[in-house]
Amino acid sequence: MRKLAGIVIAGIFFISMMMLFYHLPASHDLSSNEYYYRNPINGSVANESIPEHYIKYTKNETGAVNAVTAIVVEYRGFDTLGEVTVLFTAATGVSFLLSLAVRGRKREEANLILKEGSKLVLPFILLTGAYIFIHGHLTPGGGFPGGSVVASGFLLMMLAYPKFFMKDRISWFESAAGTAFVVIGLLGLVLATSFLQNFIPVGTPGQLVSAGIIPLIYIAIGFKVGSELSAIVNKMKEVQG
Amino acid sequence: MIWAMYFAVAVLLTAGLYGVITKKNLMKVFISLSIMETGVNLLLITIGYIPGGTAPIENGNFAKYVDPVPQALVLTAIVIGVSVTALALSLLIMYHSKAGTLEYKEGMKW
Repeated sequence: MRKLAGIVIAGIFFISMMMLFYHLPASHDLSSNEYYYRNPINGSVANESIPEHYIKYTKNETGAVNAVTAIVVEYRGFDTLGEVTVLFTAATGVSFLLSLAVRGRKREEANLILKEGSKLVLPFILLTGAYIFIHGHLTPGGGFPGGSVVASGFLLMMLAYPKFFMKDRISWFESAAGTAFVVIGLLGLVLATSFLQNFIPVGTPGQLVSAGIIPLIYIAIGFKVGSELSAIVNKMKEVQG
Repeated sequence: MIWAMYFAVAVLLTAGLYGVITKKNLMKVFISLSIMETGVNLLLITIGYIPGGTAPIENGNFAKYVDPVPQALVLTAIVIGVSVTALALSLLIMYHSKAGTLEYKEGMKW
């Protein structure tokens, strides 16, 4: 009965979604729409749409080759600060909830191949993660994927060594990285005109040392995401299921 | 191309909705929600797709780039999704230690 109801509701949903997509305008139609050019605050009409603006001027304005990174860290950096805060809140919630749960799970020792192999692989995983978040303004990737790769390296260590324990010092990394993000933003407020504004010369686009504060902020985000996800995984490992 | 992506979005959303409606195991419900979330992310990317465009990394070799704004939005959405999933799973661990099962029970107090 439940299955039949599920199939009927899902079928109706599928058909209505396809009908909706049939009427949905694609983005190249959208950018010919007049609404795309009007400023909603003062009603003035620009001669180029928002995506066109980003693609044309990102390289000169921010020095970052990767337009997505430029939007995430520079144009909408305040939004990213909120996003990092959401991740921090979730990590806090997880550690609070799991501190109420029963501790002391018993684990068998992992086999020899996993133990020795993870020792060999761990430096390369950490190096790849660091590469991804340092090159965030040049290549696809950035602080969030890089931090996740770093956390996956520590997860491998936890699987191989059941007694592997992250000390509370990992929260120092997290706090230091979060503080660095806010301090860079405040320096922008002091040295330039607004919060999270670039105050370092942008340099040549395409070089590793370029794009002003974007690599610094992405390195801070990489550390923060890596330590937060490692802490979440570490908490979950302790609990008796 | 764009129709295949819209079709994939509809399939993912429908599969997630079916799982949420029919499954009683809360773990499977959370997996279904994650599948739906993937569908929504794919929909946002698809709306920003421009035929013939490449990834918006401007090294001067390409003439056309896709819209970078939805991609930045989806980057945010993925991170939020991960944190919500982590929180849901830790709630599920608490539920399992109190109820002894992952199934949804009517009128359970915990």
